[in-house]
Amino acid sequence: MGETDQNGTVVAEAEMPSATAEMLSHVKRLLGGGVSVAYTSDTEIVLRAELSEIVTLLGTLRDDAVAAFAQLTDLTAVDYPDRPCRFEMVYQMLSLKNNLRLRVLVPVGEGQSVPSVVGLFSNANWAEREVWDMFGIFFAGHPDLRRLLTDYGFEGHPLRKDFPLTGHVEVRYDDTLRRVVNEPVSLVQEFRDFDFLSPWEGMQGQIAAGNAGKQGKGE
Amino acid sequence: MAEMQIKPITMNFGPQHPAAHGVLRLVLEMDGEVIERADPHIGLLHRGTEKLIEHKTYLQALPYFDRLDYVSPMNQEHAWALAVEKALGIEVPRRAQYIRVLYCEIGRILNHVLNLTTFAIDVGAMTPLLWGFEEREELMGFYERACGARLHAAYFRPGGVHQDLPQGLLDDIADWAKRFPGFITDLETLLTDNRIFKQRTVDIGVISEQEALDLGMSGPCLRGSGVAWDLRKTQPYDAYAEMDFDIPIGKTGDCYARYLVRVEEMRQSLRIIEQCIANMPDGPVLAQDNKATPPRRTDMKNSMEALIHHFKLYTEGFHVPEGESYTAVEAPKGEFGVYLVADGSNKPYRCKIRAPGFYFMAAVDHLSRGHMLADSVAIIGSLDIVFGEIDR
Repeated sequence: MGETDQNGTVVAEAEMPSATAEMLSHVKRLLGGGVSVAYTSDTEIVLRAELSEIVTLLGTLRDDAVAAFAQLTDLTAVDYPDRPCRFEMVYQMLSLKNNLRLRVLVPVGEGQSVPSVVGLFSNANWAEREVWDMFGIFFAGHPDLRRLLTDYGFEGHPLRKDFPLTGHVEVRYDDTLRRVVNEPVSLVQEFRDFDFLSPWEGMQGQIAAGNAGKQGKGE
Repeated sequence: MAEMQIKPITMNFGPQHPAAHGVLRLVLEMDGEVIERADPHIGLLHRGTEKLIEHKTYLQALPYFDRLDYVSPMNQEHAWALAVEKALGIEVPRRAQYIRVLYCEIGRILNHVLNLTTFAIDVGAMTPLLWGFEEREELMGFYERACGARLHAAYFRPGGVHQDLPQGLLDDIADWAKRFPGFITDLETLLTDNRIFKQRTVDIGVISEQEALDLGMSGPCLRGSGVAWDLRKTQPYDAYAEMDFDIPIGKTGDCYARYLVRVEEMRQSLRIIEQCIANMPDGPVLAQDNKATPPRRTDMKNSMEALIHHFKLYTEGFHVPEGESYTAVEAPKGEFGVYLVADGSNKPYRCKIRAPGFYFMAAVDHLSRGHMLADSVAIIGSLDIVFGEIDR
């Protein structure tokens, strides 16, 4: 075992994280003090950044010859109503050259507008439209910020945590008016959202299959 | 004669149009027969999957993934299963990994057969569709024999697959895999050198390498533009690292290149299927730790604890530790990703589904500008668009 450690297998294993670590220090040098590292794994780097810097940050990551995060895989938001900055924008980047993913998390307050990155990545166009539709986060400088997935004339932002699962309106075809009409939701049965969380410990502890019977004896 | 200014005509394509591959309303601004601007209106199949998943336990959320890209359901489940396994830190048994890879490749062929043949019918060739659906029928039979459902499988679970394959199924898949190259050859005789097919597809909807990256392309649409990138090779998951297969790439980035890439991918999928069958390991198909997987039926008859676990698992579900992760698989259409935010409870806090088709659809405007109306049909067909995953 000792010899193989020095020659082949283990070195190759150790290379993976070090490449990520190298990239991480490179990214840090590149971006300066404006970002902090949330965490890293073998194939991912997660950064936290400020809202005002997001366009320059993504641009630098894309254009740098070594980092080469050439593709914006995805762009989305998460709603945390309890936080001081209600939303968090999530930018997923992919470097095909380094086979590495990078995620940038940006806090956004309610009512704050996010600078659009459509100028850098064309595919951000629809992604930002979706975020606007689903969360009501406004993107400054977006060329065509319309709703994307919801119905024409829809009101509200469905993926916010305070938007009910059933929605506010339901549609049906009205025979007398001969058109589709919107009406407030009326549920025949009360909406059932069972809370299965027990006050006791849930399925958290790891219980080996063979020990299933023995576990209970102590209680 | 004074020059006349012709007002561009606005035209509606869809929402119910056979060549729209679903419910797509494409508003086209036309200058004569040339498209000046294409504005896809999507969302007619929006079901709020991401919102629904926030209100379901991790296991209940799984069947929603079948209903995204309903042409290759198991590939989507795979992404969810991997995401949950990553968060829980579960090791998947080898046999389950092989079964998953086997069924993912069957899903890939299911998808490509549907896409190539409907693409052919869009540009005027009817026979491939009739032949291809016969093959799909057989493949969906394999789905049914493994999990009981032809489409909405719910077969891949966090920790493995729901149940083991029935006896004789692997032999039947092997028999089919021997016959299937004949179908691919037939398909190619009908299309690859067909003059009409080439006239409709060559140099139509060209995506350059740079554009493909910029537009967020993935899968065959990225490889058709000459980018050698396949998550099965670059970031292998489950047993893909042990499989021997090649990644075909196109040179021209047009509709024809994407067609060729898909045809070759079917051949490579067959190679993977054959390797899976030849090397299928024995053993359990579901992780046995009872943390996230149900106990065995026989245990439940004798052990009170096992019975309690079963009950708790299907009511409360399992808890996933706090954290966020992004997991992507190479679905037949491209990179299918799940961004999962867990808050430590039994329900996901947020689940963002990154569907490859979403960005293909977004690229339609860019691709069809300056093309003729009939070419937009070829472009939509070659991008492989299914509205289940675009609208979510």
